[in-house]
Amino acid sequence: MLGLNSKDTMLLIVVAFLALAAPFLLNPFPTNSSLAQFNAGYPDLMQRFAIFGIFAIGFNILFGLTGYLSFGHAAFLGVGSYAAVWMFKLLSYNVIPAIILAVIVAGLFSVLIGYVSLRRSGIYFSILTLAFAQMSFALAYSVLSNPKFNLTNGETGLQVYGDDPQILHREGLPDVPHLFGWAMRDNFLELEVAGWEFTFNNGYYLCAVILLVVFYLAIRLFRSPFGLMLRAVKSNQQRLNYTGLNPKPYTLAAFIISGMYAGLAGGLLAAMDPLAGAERMQWTASGEVVLMTILGGAGTLIGPVLGAGFIKYFENIFSKINDNVLHQWFAFLPDGMEDFMVFIVHPFVGKGWHLTLGILFMLVVTFLPGGLVEGGQRIARLFRRRGKKTDTPDPEHHPKETPHVAE
Amino acid sequence: MSKYNVTRRGALKTGAAAGAGLALPTIFTASSAHAFTNEPTGSTVTLGFNVPQSGPYADEGADELRAQQLAVEHLNGEGDGGMLNTFSSKALDGTGILGKKVTFVTGDTQTKSDAARASAKSMIEKDGAIMVNGGSSSGVAVAVQGLCQEAGIIFMAGLTHANDTTGKDRKANGFRHFFNAYMSGAALAPVLANAYGKERRAYHLTADYNWGWTQQESIQASTEALGWETVENVLTPLASTDFSSYIAPVLNSGADVLVLNHYGGNMVNSLTNAVQFGLRDKMVNGKQFEIVVPLYSELMAAGAGENIKGVLGSMNWNWQLTDEGSKAFVKSFGEKYGRPPSNSAHTCYAQVLLYADAVARAGSFAPCAVVEALEGFEFDGLGNGPTLYRAEDHQCFKDVLVVKGAENPTNEYDTLEVVEVTPRAQVEYPPNHPMFGGDEASLGECNDGA
Repeated sequence: MLGLNSKDTMLLIVVAFLALAAPFLLNPFPTNSSLAQFNAGYPDLMQRFAIFGIFAIGFNILFGLTGYLSFGHAAFLGVGSYAAVWMFKLLSYNVIPAIILAVIVAGLFSVLIGYVSLRRSGIYFSILTLAFAQMSFALAYSVLSNPKFNLTNGETGLQVYGDDPQILHREGLPDVPHLFGWAMRDNFLELEVAGWEFTFNNGYYLCAVILLVVFYLAIRLFRSPFGLMLRAVKSNQQRLNYTGLNPKPYTLAAFIISGMYAGLAGGLLAAMDPLAGAERMQWTASGEVVLMTILGGAGTLIGPVLGAGFIKYFENIFSKINDNVLHQWFAFLPDGMEDFMVFIVHPFVGKGWHLTLGILFMLVVTFLPGGLVEGGQRIARLFRRRGKKTDTPDPEHHPKETPHVAE
Repeated sequence: MSKYNVTRRGALKTGAAAGAGLALPTIFTASSAHAFTNEPTGSTVTLGFNVPQSGPYADEGADELRAQQLAVEHLNGEGDGGMLNTFSSKALDGTGILGKKVTFVTGDTQTKSDAARASAKSMIEKDGAIMVNGGSSSGVAVAVQGLCQEAGIIFMAGLTHANDTTGKDRKANGFRHFFNAYMSGAALAPVLANAYGKERRAYHLTADYNWGWTQQESIQASTEALGWETVENVLTPLASTDFSSYIAPVLNSGADVLVLNHYGGNMVNSLTNAVQFGLRDKMVNGKQFEIVVPLYSELMAAGAGENIKGVLGSMNWNWQLTDEGSKAFVKSFGEKYGRPPSNSAHTCYAQVLLYADAVARAGSFAPCAVVEALEGFEFDGLGNGPTLYRAEDHQCFKDVLVVKGAENPTNEYDTLEVVEVTPRAQVEYPPNHPMFGGDEASLGECNDGA
């Protein structure tokens, strides 16, 4: 289907199902139960899952395929957001021009940075991209926001004011980002089923559809001759050079594509919430997408999306568990025990969510070097082995088969 | 692998379809039943406390959270009631708000606009918070204020000192109890002129972002009005940790006062550098060289240690104030946590009480009703003397403290001593002041949301 083999079609269908049914899947607990704390099916977080999924898919095209580790990808996300908000300010709140300009600007920006950074590889490339990203951050945070030339509005963040031109804005259109009158922040459906609440948000479904489109594009890219060439860059660039091929255009193209993905994510972020802050470009944000990709499984198709969801879930759900909530959970214990349990758990939730995430990251990297996807594969293999024994390859077969990077 | 997927997917799909079918009759009930966003329908009402729990202001955030928890206890009639007993409005009776027990959710702003908005959104969308309180940065305050305006709930900023929060970025659904950079300048300048004379040459080091600029602009304007001269204003990158390269030129500039428009760790480092360079022992133009830190906090004072002795600055509130409200608050905070509250803690505590009181007086949780109750509200007994929430820009007006680093601290919390309590009249300004967005700045319409 759609030029994909059956396995990839299956993958696309699974992702489509996960994305479209997310409001159900992410709200497994009734609203009034004590586990409702763990529900993630509210619009803002679902949007973030999809958007950072897109960001990570794009990053993975560069890192997973060519092996070039960019530590400055947040810069593209940031310029995408700024571009989008500027479209809101100048044209109208319609998200289409905003998203298009975000992708274009991020693309141009990545041509610039990629052309310079890709002259080096390995750690030097990483440092160069990091330097560019920090430069962009500093520019956005102070240099480009002085009262005389205010491009980014600095610390406050770029936002839309009532006196902005908005030349295409007409009466009757909502005063928030919208898709031809369809406000992104509105919910088109709110279901209440026997204690459960499910919210279907316009903005989320736009993100989800875009996620599916770019996911499909990523599959095609992974399976294309171009993708194969990128893998060749990763496995041995020197060999590629000796065969008379110049890897530069390929890596630059991959860099630009992944920059455009990041710009798209940035544009969508602004479309969901019309404010662009400079922190989006900070090195921590760049590091985050690296973590997402590695946590999920670098070089795999679905891994980065899973990793993005995982990290955003921790950031938004675990950081909100406070001592009061803990006391409720352990209320059934005798007083001394209750306080003791709260004392034990306390460092890992609330402000300690970074700690929990760090521990999990270490566990994953140590025991599942292939990320969450490898975990899934191991479980699947366990099932398969139980089903039919003949599936395992001949253990005496040499040389050992190396797993395909795209698996 | 695919075989299992198909069956699972089938099962889930059937389940989802059945669920949707069951739910069809109740579609849209949620949105039509509410008169405004997150209208509390049960026996409880949820407040959202959005404070930095990680990042550079995490300690401040932790103190804000303590104060807010205390406020909730007092609202629910637990503890000794704190400032509820001294508050001039008696609409609250210790049974929660309008008979509903107060609960709260917390979030981490990370001192980043993005993260703060995400966490505020989750409070609104997931936890059903009726208002958001707290925070520790002007950028974050402006960002979250804009969000609350759009969502149709009340926002009360925590520690935010830039003029913009109630200046060009003012919003109808947002209120600020904290003072601002203009007030710092207006309160500080006369004290500086008295202490150091009217013929001084000031050199500004300014953190290169929004708050730094408005702070510098305010101090420059009010000191120049009293005869001071501004030699130079140097912008320093926010991420700087070593300011020695910025301090050296100060000595050769002919300036005899150094104004550090820095906050938090920036200020601790720049002040320490300046003192290490021996600036304070120098005589320039026949006068003793002086250092000024316009905005103080307890944490900065503790961080800078010895170096702040005698350095002048301003503050919103201090635990050493002796009015009844401050004493009651310090007492109940101290009994619960074993330490005096910081000035951001006081702001957050007072805002929770003020919000609850406004709801009680309005008889409704509807944001527009609350806004109406708070606009132009005059009260006393929450520290700082008689206080006004001005209707035009939702800025709070009250006495401002000029403080200096304690010369002989008696304990670890006694880092700052109050030099002067500047009366409210002296720090007032018209709502269309040019530093506050001029005539163009407007609150817009209050928003009740869905």
